[in-house]
Amino acid sequence: MAYFRSHVLVCVDPECLKHGAHDVLDSLQDELVAQGLIDEIQVLETSRIGSCSNGPEMMVYPEGIHYVGLTPDDVPYIVEEHFLKGRIATKFVEQEKKLVDEELSAPTSKEIRVVLKNCGKIDPENIEDYFAENGYEALGSVLSSKTPEEVIDIVLQSGLRGRGGAGFPAGKKWQFCRASKETPKYVICNADEGDPGAFMNRRVLEGDPHAVLEGMIIAAYAIGSNQGYIYCRAEYPIAVKTLNIAIDQARNLGLLGKNILGSGFDFDLEVRMGAGAFVCGEETALMASIEGNRGEPRPRPPFPAVKGLFAKPSNINNVETYANVPQIILKGADWYASMGTEKSKGTKTFALAGDVKHTGLIEVPFGISLREIIYDVGGGIKDDKGFKAIQTGGPMGGCLPSEYLDLPVDYEELAKAGSIMGSGGLVVMDEETCMVDIARFFMEFTQDESCGKCTPCRVGTRRILEILERICDGKGKDDDIETLEMLCREIKGASLCGLGQGAPNPVESILKHFRSEYEAHIYEKKCPAKVCKSLIRYEIIDGTCTGCTVCARNCPVNAISGERRQTHVIDPDVCVRCGICMQVCNFNAIVIN
Amino acid sequence: MAIEVKDTKAVLKAVQDAVSRFGATQDELIPILNDINREIGYLPGEALDEVSRLLRVPKSHLFSVASFYRMLSTKPRGKHVIQFCESAPCHVAGGREVFQAVKEALQIDENESTPDGNWTLTTTSCLGVCGVGPVMMIDDDIFGNVDPKQVPSILAKYK
Repeated sequence: MAYFRSHVLVCVDPECLKHGAHDVLDSLQDELVAQGLIDEIQVLETSRIGSCSNGPEMMVYPEGIHYVGLTPDDVPYIVEEHFLKGRIATKFVEQEKKLVDEELSAPTSKEIRVVLKNCGKIDPENIEDYFAENGYEALGSVLSSKTPEEVIDIVLQSGLRGRGGAGFPAGKKWQFCRASKETPKYVICNADEGDPGAFMNRRVLEGDPHAVLEGMIIAAYAIGSNQGYIYCRAEYPIAVKTLNIAIDQARNLGLLGKNILGSGFDFDLEVRMGAGAFVCGEETALMASIEGNRGEPRPRPPFPAVKGLFAKPSNINNVETYANVPQIILKGADWYASMGTEKSKGTKTFALAGDVKHTGLIEVPFGISLREIIYDVGGGIKDDKGFKAIQTGGPMGGCLPSEYLDLPVDYEELAKAGSIMGSGGLVVMDEETCMVDIARFFMEFTQDESCGKCTPCRVGTRRILEILERICDGKGKDDDIETLEMLCREIKGASLCGLGQGAPNPVESILKHFRSEYEAHIYEKKCPAKVCKSLIRYEIIDGTCTGCTVCARNCPVNAISGERRQTHVIDPDVCVRCGICMQVCNFNAIVIN
Repeated sequence: MAIEVKDTKAVLKAVQDAVSRFGATQDELIPILNDINREIGYLPGEALDEVSRLLRVPKSHLFSVASFYRMLSTKPRGKHVIQFCESAPCHVAGGREVFQAVKEALQIDENESTPDGNWTLTTTSCLGVCGVGPVMMIDDDIFGNVDPKQVPSILAKYK
């Protein structure tokens, strides 16, 4: 193992990147090479050291010095002072808030890091870094001192539920698979994280791959399997590479393969890459894809625990579920069960996106309210606008309005509110969002990704999309809302898999919580958020307009006419609603109606 | 289209290499097709014939699989393939304008190739780097925080 006297973690979150974190990284790399320090000091990319508000920032270990507000030009000074002369470069040290270790792993007090605890802290391509964080200790204790039944018991007691979306208790799943008589059995990791905007699993696979491997080996021991597959989407080439490196390292050290740790237990793993199909995240479709078929789902039962991959009993969990397992074994079921709500235990990672100040990955205990997530962890709505809705659970989730801000986040509460937990995408929308347009956007996605096997999903999503497009175009008809409601009900009830059953969720939840917006589009031909182009008109305010002609000169379609020094007029039949006139007007004389 | 069609010999070699790398069983089909697709740029009819012969799998099955997955193509593709992320976070971050700039720079539409055979433009589902949207991937390289003005200089790197 290479020894480094110092470890430098540089934050590469969006905000720090915007402030030039990449340039700082490059400059740091160059300077360390120039000073001959590159073999002594390790540079790693990480996320969320602090608030990112004064980025780029970095953390230097073992001293735990937090530098902020860096530019590439400051780097030579810091390298010379800190790494050559051993003096802290005080002028860049974060003054306002001194961070301690626990806070580093959870940048805001509402966060708890279990699954993400090693991400950005260890070198994912070096198994020894993982050992230093008690890696594979759980596996050792399982193989040397626990029976498979005891392992399943611990997982059951911890209350760990599948993090892929449905939330089925992981221990139960393992129990069913263990009870199946047929062999061989397979352990599968679902790393086909396809929800747009959700990248929690990617971060774990690329930042802490061994935690996933260790969880899978423990699961294999518990159910009695000797072969596993990790199905990773092809859009994640770096994750595939990191996983393969991790598997090779584990195999070379006897943590995978024959006779693991001298226990007599055999297990090996293979990474399978997808080829670009969203529906393959559905477990039966995923298994069809590993078998070399079209990734189309099939009806259940039989469940995978009875008849799964190659028609053999299989246990399938997602990345985050497996990554929780080693720590549950190490710290005990009670520790895990102490976090969360009555029925949803532990923590959950979310990808916070949309109109919120700090986007990115977060990990919070179940039971936290949506308000805490948006305002405390996410820092509030961008540009301090008003909150309109939050969409949970990805493209098959629902949109919840402000009445639900104090809803404690867990599987049951979200379902009761008409949304789902899903894999953990959270999209925050501000007051300027048109909810009908959002419904149309998500429907476009599910319609496109429908695999086409069953009619309700294939044709039904198409029909919903057509109606929504018509409504956004200002051609909504009187019975459209009723037709939509009927279609949603039928598609939910009759579709084969989660994609079809979930596809109407955005439309339905918006019908429930934002019905007036549908009505305004259909009956008044108005888009209250002023987003749908066919339903808005740009108008020039008489009296405010100075007749400067800037708008007329910039209009790409010559829709604006008027004499110099006189109020101009926009011809709505020619106007393409591009909004350029509004941007160029110096007198705020143009409004949308 | 003036896209060069690889000669039969090269196609057969790519198929045989892929099959010997993964083994001639049906459950290795997707890795095999991925490999050939990467090597040749798409899956020509001769390649599917040869895979069918080696794996003893009907060609109809191969075609049904090849046409199902977004990353496999049965039509010739350009030397470089641009995959543009069309997911919500990139869309919100101004992806549409960047996509427009790419289309204008190459003078082609989505799912088309340039006449010189250098470029193919496709869209992709989320690449999971939403923190730096808009994002596009050229071959295996990811470009984040793309602004319409940067498009020509990014494309110029691939001449």
